[in-house]
Amino acid sequence: MTESHIIYMDNAATTPVRQEVVEAMIPYMRENFGNPSSLYDIAKINREAVALARSRVARALNAEDKEIYFTSCGTESDNWAIKGTAFANRDKGKHIITSAIEHHAVLYTCQWLEKQGFEVTYLPVDEFGMVNPKDVEAAIRPDTVLITIMFANNEIGTIQPIAEIGKIAREHNVLFHTDAVQAAGHVPIDVKAMNIDMLSISGHKFNGPKGTGVLYIGKRVKLDSLMHGGDQERKRRAGTENVAGIVGIGLALELSVKEMDATTKRLDALRKRLVDGLLTIPKSRLNGHPTKRLPNNVNVIFEYIEGESILLMLNRRGICASTGSACNSASLEPSHVLTACGIPHEVVHGSLRLTLGEMNTQEDVDFVIDAVKDIVQKLRNMSPLTPDELRKY
Amino acid sequence: MDYSEKVMDHFENPRNQGILENPDGIGVEGNPQCGDIMKIYIKVADNRIADVKFQTFGCGAAIASSSMATEMIMGKTLEEAWELSNKAVAQALDGLPPQKVHCSVLAEDAIHRAINDYRVKQGLEPWEEKPGHKKHCHESQ
Repeated sequence: MTESHIIYMDNAATTPVRQEVVEAMIPYMRENFGNPSSLYDIAKINREAVALARSRVARALNAEDKEIYFTSCGTESDNWAIKGTAFANRDKGKHIITSAIEHHAVLYTCQWLEKQGFEVTYLPVDEFGMVNPKDVEAAIRPDTVLITIMFANNEIGTIQPIAEIGKIAREHNVLFHTDAVQAAGHVPIDVKAMNIDMLSISGHKFNGPKGTGVLYIGKRVKLDSLMHGGDQERKRRAGTENVAGIVGIGLALELSVKEMDATTKRLDALRKRLVDGLLTIPKSRLNGHPTKRLPNNVNVIFEYIEGESILLMLNRRGICASTGSACNSASLEPSHVLTACGIPHEVVHGSLRLTLGEMNTQEDVDFVIDAVKDIVQKLRNMSPLTPDELRKY
Repeated sequence: MDYSEKVMDHFENPRNQGILENPDGIGVEGNPQCGDIMKIYIKVADNRIADVKFQTFGCGAAIASSSMATEMIMGKTLEEAWELSNKAVAQALDGLPPQKVHCSVLAEDAIHRAINDYRVKQGLEPWEEKPGHKKHCHESQ
């Protein structure tokens, strides 16, 4: 390993844009710069590029083109789906069902709606971070207007029983939104078969550009707009299209779906090797579901030490990772996901998330395992909480 | 994490880290729920800190503050060591990010605990700890 070599294992945070995606985007910044709403030819080229991207996204989700709406990011998509549905259905009810482990883009949106007079049920999860569909059904009230449960969790990778929840929502005639920001391009999604009414996507999680998102809105869904202005996106989301970004997210999603089987196979093997290696460390455990999880997600806890310290030491060795420790968040709150799984606060601090991607090799995995072993021992030697039998000098 | 080079140096090469056998005073501050806990051991000779060691569970700032604080009280009289403020520790580290300043309070409080532990063991009155501390943990604020 050279000094400049970086091992990037934080692909749940973001991913690099694929080279062919970059190349596909570039013409839409210089020569094809026209506003798609304009009349002339260079605008028409852009309209067609947006239409092609829309149909690529639609195919990836088994949706129709006119059900795909481009947004600025996953957070916007989540906000639009939840606030838009809540306000459009105020005459029907004011109750929303979600889970305790949602991304803050969903959780904080729901909390904001509570301040506006809506009522929200936050469903618990089991020790693996799984929502029980029976709990969803039991929480439905006559005034429930929306169920929003994430497809796969960003911290622990647990994949929710989306098809079962979708079926329940449809049977009770309640709209169902899912934040699929971590799932899209990584696991199969079929909005029709899964009875999904709305689904959020973010481009930069599957080697597309940042600042791009999609909200799939099923035909039967009535929701208010967040962005008011021009007639873009079938008059539902105003604002001049980010043409280059839309081209990027469309192609990136198509490529990810096309290569999904091969990528999953490769990442599954790397992940298994990484988990097996890390769990040889005493007093460690895997967070999230043992099998129903994203192929690239590893989340482990090492007792008696704190996650930010692990990250700093990993960073010095060129390894990029993430933690659920409070000490690594501006709010100084430990991960709400890990605490919802029933893990005590003092243990949550020792969590480490490694999310694999296209750049990682088996060599990287072995290097990371050795680095983590060494760092955990170093920090445990330093910690007053470590039992004597785990100290090595 | 925007830590100064000095913080990173003390984090990666902590001074006085470890355990003192038969210490004259022990101070523990923090709690693992908050994400940081510091334990400090002192040896006292002629009213001076003859030796000091620490163990810390916590983030980079907590470990670096522990290391810097022990370096700053080594060889000092107990009165001087008592006066070491978290501000002085943070300054010596070329500053800490705002949300990490509480980590330097941890070191100051742990030193106070160790000195008072020594005083009590010597049959002396413990010195009065400054009000307003014991607040390094966000959950107790």
